[in-house]
Amino acid sequence: MPRTVLLVGTRKGCFLLESDADRRAWKLRGPYCEAWPVYHAVHDRASGAIYAAAASEWHGAGVWRSTDLGETWELSSEGLAYDAEGGTKVSKISGLTAAHGRVLAGAESAGVFESRDGGATWSLLSTLEGQPGRSDWNDPALQPPGHLGLPAMLPHPDDPARFWAVVQGIGIFETTDDGASWTPRNRGLRADWPREHEEIGFCVHKLVMSPVDHERLFQQNHVGVHRSDDAGLSWTEVTEGLPSEFGFAAGAHPHDRDTYYVIPLDGAHGRTMPEGHAAVWRTRDAGATWQRLDRGLPQHDAHLGVLREGLAVDTYDVPGVYFGTSTGQVFASADEGESWSEIASYLPAVASVEVAVVG
Amino acid sequence: MADLHLPGTLLPLFAGLPRRLEVDADTVVEAIDGLDARWPGLRDRLCEPGPALRRHIHVYVDGERAALDTTLGERSRVDVIAAISGG
Repeated sequence: MPRTVLLVGTRKGCFLLESDADRRAWKLRGPYCEAWPVYHAVHDRASGAIYAAAASEWHGAGVWRSTDLGETWELSSEGLAYDAEGGTKVSKISGLTAAHGRVLAGAESAGVFESRDGGATWSLLSTLEGQPGRSDWNDPALQPPGHLGLPAMLPHPDDPARFWAVVQGIGIFETTDDGASWTPRNRGLRADWPREHEEIGFCVHKLVMSPVDHERLFQQNHVGVHRSDDAGLSWTEVTEGLPSEFGFAAGAHPHDRDTYYVIPLDGAHGRTMPEGHAAVWRTRDAGATWQRLDRGLPQHDAHLGVLREGLAVDTYDVPGVYFGTSTGQVFASADEGESWSEIASYLPAVASVEVAVVG
Repeated sequence: MADLHLPGTLLPLFAGLPRRLEVDADTVVEAIDGLDARWPGLRDRLCEPGPALRRHIHVYVDGERAALDTTLGERSRVDVIAAISGG
């Protein structure tokens, strides 16, 4: 019987929620990672390891790893640093992805690190030097936090040297030579603000790929939901039909190239679900139309926020969908989002939800 | 030998690391390097590249706020504090 394991990264550590293939009854374990803030926890299907990107206000940034589904954990930050002379710091690891026998870590300030020894040691792969406007990314006068982050990498399933990186407020970059060179991939995206460079200045919140069509990319942007049918060479907006153009999270159906999930949020300061009505929205036609999925979710007074890594879709024949909120709830659907139940109610603020089917 | 007191947040990260231990070092940075030799990776938990003490790690030598190059006396007390940082 397969085990279904949700990895939940929170403000106070990593938690695991575990069920069987029915995905009805869930058992919570944690907190792990010594309750450090965990921004993204992922499962490497090939090795079975869990990796959790964390940053302690006291003890700095690092990546926790567990090779026994959370029973024991080790922390490493060896190599997760920029040259001291440059003055650039790694304030946190924002995103992780495991593919092709290595782990990639996206850092703030912006850079990609890799580990080829299961997270024991790390080395800098790229800081995207030379890209348009790159010198402005760490300028506190232009970036109020002092620097921008690189929160996500999307690996190509077949080509280890090819992946996409997302830089906050700048956009998507593609490399086909393992980070030696990069090309902006933002053509056709919308931006409602002035931009100095034609190819960049876009606010990509979450980028996903269809597991069954590697040309089909999908993204929740600061302004709108967008689809690409040519692996990011060009983008088409598909926001119409959603209650808000703003949101952070997005997910792809594991078996249907036209089905995606997003969680629209109010785009002003609140950034919670519109009118306090919790819902996930699904398209089954690549964004032409959208359906509100809210059966079992709170219908009023639910001012829930969901961050960019806060939604996950599993790989069963009838896939389950999951999301975690900034107020510590985790909701699960075992029927592609048709109906939902609350499977954790009182966690710390949730930053990320990923799902693994193991055994 | 200096009398070194560590924050409790470090203990779960390094097997066998005590809350309090005696160290033979002339400066704060030597004391930290000595700990790192016994518990690899410990320096990174207290220092940023440079090295410099992390922003929310405060060190006191004999009750006075100290830096990495602060010298230690034969019987100094060194307190490493995880300073107030959020809730």
